[in-house]
Amino acid sequence: MARFENREALDTYREELQTQSQQSQKRLISLCAGSGCGAYGTADVHKALEAELKEQGLEDEIEIRLTGCHGFCEKGPIMVVHPEGIFYSQINASHVKEIVEKTLKQGELIKKLIFKDPVTKKKITHEHDIPFYKLQKRIIFGNNGLIDPTNLDHYLMVGGYAPLAKALFDLDPETIVSQVKASGLRGRGGGGFPTGIKWASCRRHEGNRYVICNADEGDPGAYMDRSILEGNPHSVIEGMIIGAFAIGSNQGYVYVRHEYPLAVTNLTIALETARKQGFLGKDILGSGFDFDIHISRGGGAFVCGESTALMASLEGKPGRPKAKYVHTVEKGFREGPTNLNNVETWANVPIIIEKGPEFYAAIGTERSKGTKIFSLVGKVANTGLVEVPMGTTLRQIIFDIGGGIPNKKKFKAVQTGGPSGGCIPEQFLDLPVDFDELSKVGSIMGSGGMIVMDQDTCMVDVARYFVDFLKDESCGQCNPCREGLKQMLEVLTRICSGEGREGDIELLEELGSMLQKFSLCGLGTSAPNPVLTNLLYFRDEYEAHIKDKKCPSGVCKPLFYYEIDTDACTGCTLCAKKCPQDAVSGKKKEVHHIDQDKCIKCGICYDGCKFNAIAIR
Amino acid sequence: MTTSVKIDWDRINQIIDNYDNDKESLLMIMQDISDIYNYVPPEIVPLLVERLGIRESLVYGVATFYKTISLEPRGKYIISVCTGTACHVRGAEKITQALEERLDIKEGQTSNDGQFTLEGVRCIGCCASGPVLTVNKDTHGGLDRTRALDVVDKYEEQEA
Repeated sequence: MARFENREALDTYREELQTQSQQSQKRLISLCAGSGCGAYGTADVHKALEAELKEQGLEDEIEIRLTGCHGFCEKGPIMVVHPEGIFYSQINASHVKEIVEKTLKQGELIKKLIFKDPVTKKKITHEHDIPFYKLQKRIIFGNNGLIDPTNLDHYLMVGGYAPLAKALFDLDPETIVSQVKASGLRGRGGGGFPTGIKWASCRRHEGNRYVICNADEGDPGAYMDRSILEGNPHSVIEGMIIGAFAIGSNQGYVYVRHEYPLAVTNLTIALETARKQGFLGKDILGSGFDFDIHISRGGGAFVCGESTALMASLEGKPGRPKAKYVHTVEKGFREGPTNLNNVETWANVPIIIEKGPEFYAAIGTERSKGTKIFSLVGKVANTGLVEVPMGTTLRQIIFDIGGGIPNKKKFKAVQTGGPSGGCIPEQFLDLPVDFDELSKVGSIMGSGGMIVMDQDTCMVDVARYFVDFLKDESCGQCNPCREGLKQMLEVLTRICSGEGREGDIELLEELGSMLQKFSLCGLGTSAPNPVLTNLLYFRDEYEAHIKDKKCPSGVCKPLFYYEIDTDACTGCTLCAKKCPQDAVSGKKKEVHHIDQDKCIKCGICYDGCKFNAIAIR
Repeated sequence: MTTSVKIDWDRINQIIDNYDNDKESLLMIMQDISDIYNYVPPEIVPLLVERLGIRESLVYGVATFYKTISLEPRGKYIISVCTGTACHVRGAEKITQALEERLDIKEGQTSNDGQFTLEGVRCIGCCASGPVLTVNKDTHGGLDRTRALDVVDKYEEQEA
């Protein structure tokens, strides 16, 4: 493939690719190699599959495509056999021989690998029929399953870099800015600032302008940015080039977490390819526009998601935020006008340019347009990444797509917005999710983390968890955040260890309100949110901890003990066999007993009992 | 643990060359050094000061601000247990406890034989597979107590 010197060369090449693909008789297997499936062992499956195809002499007839994240991480490793779209989940190397023999050679299905819907208990053969996928609208994320992120051809085949050509040759920078404004796109990192307005104001300021991609995805429980960068890095690069052209910038940076090694690798490869092919560097596609992108690897500091801290970090300094007397669009990185957008925001840009602002603005709610990717995780049956139109309700996401709560447990809350958000209880499940609605009940949509919690999650422990996280991540510059979080943590730890006092709840409220008012940056002002919303909806749990010295969910160890429910126990002996302390005794088919002196409350019996016969007291 | 390493100065100089002596790349230079030794040996600090033309205080400021950098020696295998929210609600704490008992160290410490360092990491973005941990660059997901201990066994067997 030669460098594309102009738009025509790109179009011709794309047509050739499409013709080739239509003529090809090759069967395609796409194997998810995202981080989620990778953690379950995609590499072993891939190795076994390659060896098996070679042995059977099929390597020229079947293409194995290692793709980025498909989103349905719960069921990893995932394999989709095309053209039928047969969906096999939770495969391992030992299944490979059978897949090749039966499915690939004879077209037979392998029953045990077919997905079973956790709600209807029905077996579903094809990917597009699975409710998890069927109810989504995957305009940003959908191509992940078709693309090998290290192969530019795959991105070109799905129409990649055509929006860039359109932007460079058919539109002028001002039109692009006004189209992005008209689309209604708002910042996906959580702030929700209108992207077009940000671009316009950066463009207005003179100087060396920079565009930056914030890939310092720090919210624990959110990983859509990781998956986009890993699975479809060119979509982000293309968005950034279009943005730079519109804003009038020649230099871009991607600030990405060092903890995301696969994202760094795939992005590095994509940037090199884009440079080689003439999408980056001098005279892009012969348009006369110059632009290049560099990678900067962050060092694991949550506060670096804040724009001024991120820019300090890019300059090689500790990532401490500054007061925003002057906005970064005027004076940011290296004192130049700087436009910072998050990964998902950038990935939206090519779609707006390609399909037009009207198409985009038709999706979503009145003030939040387009789709949003959520990471649906925690105590939910189908965990994974879910892309839905803005305005989809929490109930649709958690129950219809997510399949509800597993193991017959009860839903308690969903935590949205990461450490700046809050826990939303059952009564608000019918709220549409967008930038504005969730903030009405004390949480935020944020960057899209959705951690589902069931009856076994202690809300005081969750609050303590977030405050502990934020105390560690506070940069320490301003007193309210540094000291306030430390004090809040002390109070919460005290409550969780059974030493809570009368007045502790009020003290938490007072400290929280102080942090909201007087902290320097967004980290501090939003830090009390998880505690304050928790106190609004789950005050009874705090009171149980403080007054009754009980943890009703069985999480805070000093505040509960396990006991056998004599009515439910069948004497199956499973708990006695599993107990690492030999604390459970009892004969077969007789009610068991837990020796409290020996019990370390590890919860193995509770998690393992099939009859719900281990009770929390 | 107080073992010091033999520093390959040519390799360190090569890393700094790769970034063209650019002071803005200080953190990435230290990350690359860390990839060799699993920590940044403080003996290297004067070289960074000289070649990047920055103050010593900045090097220490950056090294101590970011979690991915350690100035203390770490084990051959760095076990990072993810403590992100999704892993937390699925019982990450129990994984940490099991590993603490097994390795006879606390979170943040290195085993006496210098093989394992146990750390907590705030979310590695494998939330759907939680609880997860990484050993150096390998990720292990879908853990419970037993499976986490199996992971340690596997690395110990490799060493034996």
